[in-house]
Amino acid sequence: MHLSPLKTKKYVKAALKDERVRKAVDKATQTVINARKHVIDQIGYWEDLRLKNHAMKRDVIENLADYLQMFESNCRKNEIQVLWAADALEARQIILDLAKKNGVKKIVKSKSLTTEEIELNPALQENGIESLETDLGEYIVQLMDQIPSHLTMPAMHLSRQDIGRLFQEKLCVEYTDDPVALMGIARKILREHFLSSDMGLSGANFGVAGSGVLCILENEANAHLTLSLPRLHVVVMGIEKLVPDLKSVPFILKALASSATGQKSTCYVNFIGGPSREKYGEGPEEVIVILLDNGRSKIVKEPLLRETLFCIRCGACLNHCPVYQQIGGHAYGSVYMGPIGICLTPQYLGESEGRHSPSLCSICGACYDVCPVKIDMPRHILMLRNRIVEKGYSMKAERIGMKGWAFLTKHPMLYRLATWFPGQFQRLLPKGMAFPAPGYTRDRVMGRFDPKGFRKRYFKLRDI
Amino acid sequence: MKISLFIPCLTEHLYPESALSMVKILNHLGHEVEYVENQTCCGQPAFNSGYRKEIIPIAERFIELFKDEEVIVAPSGSCVAMIRVFYRELAIRKELIPGLEALNQKIFEFTEFLVDVLKVTRLGGRYPHKVTYHDSCHLNRELGVREQPRELIRGIRDIDFVEMEKSDICCGFGGTFSYKQKGISIEMVKRKCKYIDESEADFCIGADSSCLMNIDGYLRKHRMKARTMHIAELLAKSLDFEC
Repeated sequence: MHLSPLKTKKYVKAALKDERVRKAVDKATQTVINARKHVIDQIGYWEDLRLKNHAMKRDVIENLADYLQMFESNCRKNEIQVLWAADALEARQIILDLAKKNGVKKIVKSKSLTTEEIELNPALQENGIESLETDLGEYIVQLMDQIPSHLTMPAMHLSRQDIGRLFQEKLCVEYTDDPVALMGIARKILREHFLSSDMGLSGANFGVAGSGVLCILENEANAHLTLSLPRLHVVVMGIEKLVPDLKSVPFILKALASSATGQKSTCYVNFIGGPSREKYGEGPEEVIVILLDNGRSKIVKEPLLRETLFCIRCGACLNHCPVYQQIGGHAYGSVYMGPIGICLTPQYLGESEGRHSPSLCSICGACYDVCPVKIDMPRHILMLRNRIVEKGYSMKAERIGMKGWAFLTKHPMLYRLATWFPGQFQRLLPKGMAFPAPGYTRDRVMGRFDPKGFRKRYFKLRDI
Repeated sequence: MKISLFIPCLTEHLYPESALSMVKILNHLGHEVEYVENQTCCGQPAFNSGYRKEIIPIAERFIELFKDEEVIVAPSGSCVAMIRVFYRELAIRKELIPGLEALNQKIFEFTEFLVDVLKVTRLGGRYPHKVTYHDSCHLNRELGVREQPRELIRGIRDIDFVEMEKSDICCGFGGTFSYKQKGISIEMVKRKCKYIDESEADFCIGADSSCLMNIDGYLRKHRMKARTMHIAELLAKSLDFEC
């Protein structure tokens, strides 16, 4: 499934009609909202934790070049190879070359948004390399030929009945909607693949610059198998995912786990400190990190927008967003959805391709309230809307309307005259009839214009 | 205290009663009220849609118009937030920056002004009806005004005040969002109205005309029981003022 953020209008329309998806998204978001609240209420220092993590990420992003250099040299000391990819194409090519060099026929993948960003799976398929998602949610969306609809819960848009039917059809098993039984079916199939694959591919939650160590959080142990069973392990990580040192990890881990799923910590915390040091020892023989730029270094240079790179992909802003709750993740037409997605999409893909994304927001600010690294998303969305207008990608009718309105606002006499008309028009309408406002009034009525308005009424009141 | 009014566009043209109620309450509390002529819009619709360059002169005009007033009160959280929070992000003329800073110290949303500045929570009125309160996003999150309107409601005798579920979830208006993303906007207001209905309140009280217009529009169209009311009107009605 290839989605484009330019088609959000079409996707939104379809999403609003899809009662099944909307019900599943509503149920799932409400569940995680409650779980998050329960855990955060127990953390007495939540606000301090947010500030600390914000300051830590600010330090990393503002000094990114230094931290990257530190990370690279420490990785090398740990015998982790570091490769750099400027964009998606380059990253895909590096992985294909590695696969070719090592005779890789099959890749097992653990959940990675970055590999979704570079659209790796279709490229592997084209080159005859089997790639298998091993995170249960990702496995499900892969079977459906979809992309994840959420940053941390890829199959959030599906109910267990949907998954039961999918497994029945694609895996030729008997229908069941019991989550434990479904998990059992997937586990049995995936186990075989873990043992027969030649390369493990994963993302990373954090790269620890001061130690040259990678950190992967998970709940299913599939990442653990991905990074330890195959001979070769490749990590694709965005350059912004660094933390300064191991001391920072517990703080960001706590913020991430509680925000994402309402856990105090994820079930597994994997640290990768290099390849197996002895022949036939545990772990892969080779560990390679691909550091992906793909538009990020451009954002680092923007003081007003670089905060969007602080994101640790917990998904809390999606869960709390009243827009996301209504339309789910696929309607955004992008790998990164929800409030943080509409901040990143126009920056990664450019203002032209991402021009509709920032409109999927009512600027309510619920996202900023819950963000564990305090990214002021509403502010950034407003700034990106401005940038889209400045670059000439807003609609012509809107541009004319806004310029006209701005002109009137500077000329009070004309402003009063222009705003006098709707009230007079209202007078002509049958009693009780609301003002016609096409589009707006499809399922609600417009308010009634007052023929006099406040100003006139006020002066009349005062003069009595 | 001489209080200068800032009347936002929606209030001016669609809900003048709420502003008139505000005037009467301020008069009732013994304050002189005045209206600065030639005031227009604060520029929020254009700002939220990304037209910053266009609203710089609007902001500059607003600052010049209001900078010498003693104190300014408006019956809308989002318009006050526009001035107090968002004007700062505009590239306005340097010589106007001190004026803006001074303005930010003396412009208030109505309930914030009553409770925090005038220290009034009980106006002495009575209103024997069941009401609930909707938190407008900008009032709640940008200005941090949550408790003030609730204190004012609780200060009314015989009123039955109930909290609805998720009183702070967005009603779906969002200015041009309500038109640009009308499908999503309608679903959002539908959810809000469901919570209002479930609270069994007769009136949904709010402090921002834009949210109230959106909510009221859905309630009426779907013939639901509750009606919306601006908090200034509620207070005026509790005191039996004619508006």
